[in-house]
Amino acid sequence: MGSNGKIIRKKDLNFWQRMYIPEIAKGLRLTITQMFKPKVTYQYPDEKFVPPPSFRGRPVLVEEQGVERCVACGLCSRVCPALAIEVQASETELEKERYPIKFEINMVRCIFCGFCEEVCPEEAIVMSNEYELVFTSQEEAIFGKEKLLTPIEKLRPRLEWLKNNR
Amino acid sequence: MATEIVLISLLKILVVVLTILTCVVFLVYIERRVSAFVQNRVGPNRTGPYGLLQTVADVVKLLMKEDIVPRNAYKAIHDLAPIISIGVALSTFAVIPIGDTIELFGRQIKLIIADVNVGILYILAITSLGVYGITLAGWSSNNKYSLLGGLRSSAQLISYELSMGLSIVGVLMVSGTLQLDKIVQHQTTYLFGWLPAWNMFLQPIGFITFVTAAFAETNRLPFDLPEAEPELVGGYHTEYTGLKFGLFFLAEYANMITASAVITTLFLGGWHLPYVEYVGLSSFILSLVYVGTFCVKVAAVMMFFIIIRWTLPRFRYDQLMNLGWKLMLPITIINVLLTGIVLLILH
Repeated sequence: MGSNGKIIRKKDLNFWQRMYIPEIAKGLRLTITQMFKPKVTYQYPDEKFVPPPSFRGRPVLVEEQGVERCVACGLCSRVCPALAIEVQASETELEKERYPIKFEINMVRCIFCGFCEEVCPEEAIVMSNEYELVFTSQEEAIFGKEKLLTPIEKLRPRLEWLKNNR
Repeated sequence: MATEIVLISLLKILVVVLTILTCVVFLVYIERRVSAFVQNRVGPNRTGPYGLLQTVADVVKLLMKEDIVPRNAYKAIHDLAPIISIGVALSTFAVIPIGDTIELFGRQIKLIIADVNVGILYILAITSLGVYGITLAGWSSNNKYSLLGGLRSSAQLISYELSMGLSIVGVLMVSGTLQLDKIVQHQTTYLFGWLPAWNMFLQPIGFITFVTAAFAETNRLPFDLPEAEPELVGGYHTEYTGLKFGLFFLAEYANMITASAVITTLFLGGWHLPYVEYVGLSSFILSLVYVGTFCVKVAAVMMFFIIIRWTLPRFRYDQLMNLGWKLMLPITIINVLLTGIVLLILH
């Protein structure tokens, strides 16, 4: 609107555009060509989305030669903004001397920020590419060590990506 | 003799109503599927083969739902509104010729439920009644958004009823009758010996205005202001649940089928398939071919309805009124004048 209340048009419609019918025909042509384009839908339960390595799925503990890399320093638990991680340390005969006797992530609290992965000095906790998380109770959502430990072979792409991008 | 006529009519009614109800089920499926294709999605494809049973599942869901009537609603009218809607939607089909006469059990049966000699007036009258269903639903729900939807609907219908009627006047002048059967008969001839004399070619302006008005009458996009999900939640049927909502849904799609049938009958040559009479089929097969042609034409128009929905955005309320009163009405009046002049010169 101009200052005098008049509508200012930069470009007026030409005669055929004002007739409206040819423009509708153009629109119809676009709609019909869209109909035959390939679909973008994943048929989810049958056909699953495999995320790229940069994807932040649920955090897991790296398991190397049957034991976790984790030395139970507690940094991840400190940095976690949602207070989802609980670590209890204990001593071990192995070279690393310390290991977590209890490592729990409450997946209802977890916000998938990836701070734990970032802060970890041992690269012991990383974000996996798993995104299917279903629980039927609060207790079920607390993942203990048995659920978190993942063999290192499965996490190679993510570790590789971390090496190149961090 | 009298009982025979009643029996035949009842049979015709049964067949037509059941066909429409079945068609609605598939129409909803096709609409959802085509909408999905237009948006590069797949649409419902899980229930039954290719998702064909999706609508059946939805109907079962609607039947099982609780019927809620708002505390401050006017219950009697709240119950009545969907019945009016569906009754009107189904009864329009009574005067539409589905085919030529067919010979069954040694009897000539006209493939039209009621061959009324004022068929077009009947259609106009009945479709205007449909607004009562929507307006009463909006008012009796005692919800401001529903009321707005109902009011918009009545305003829209009144505006477009006029241009709808006037665009038919051209057809009436060309064919010289109000009987739908005769109008179709008139369209079975050929212009210049080759072009089928469909009213679409004789009355192009009337055709376009009628189709536009039909979109407005059936509350389809780009004229779906009574529903207008983003502004009015759901419009007149916001406060309806279960089977009563299902009836509105059914009425909407039945209306769409009826509108397509009316467009086919008035402008696209009805049941007539051009040039087929030269092939030399037996009369029985010819009748079946005509019925099939009618169905295909109606289906094509319905497809057009669906595709238009994903092509044009919704009109604003003032734009709707502008189009109706300032554009459609003068154009249809000019069309009537032009038709009159041409007819005067030709005769």
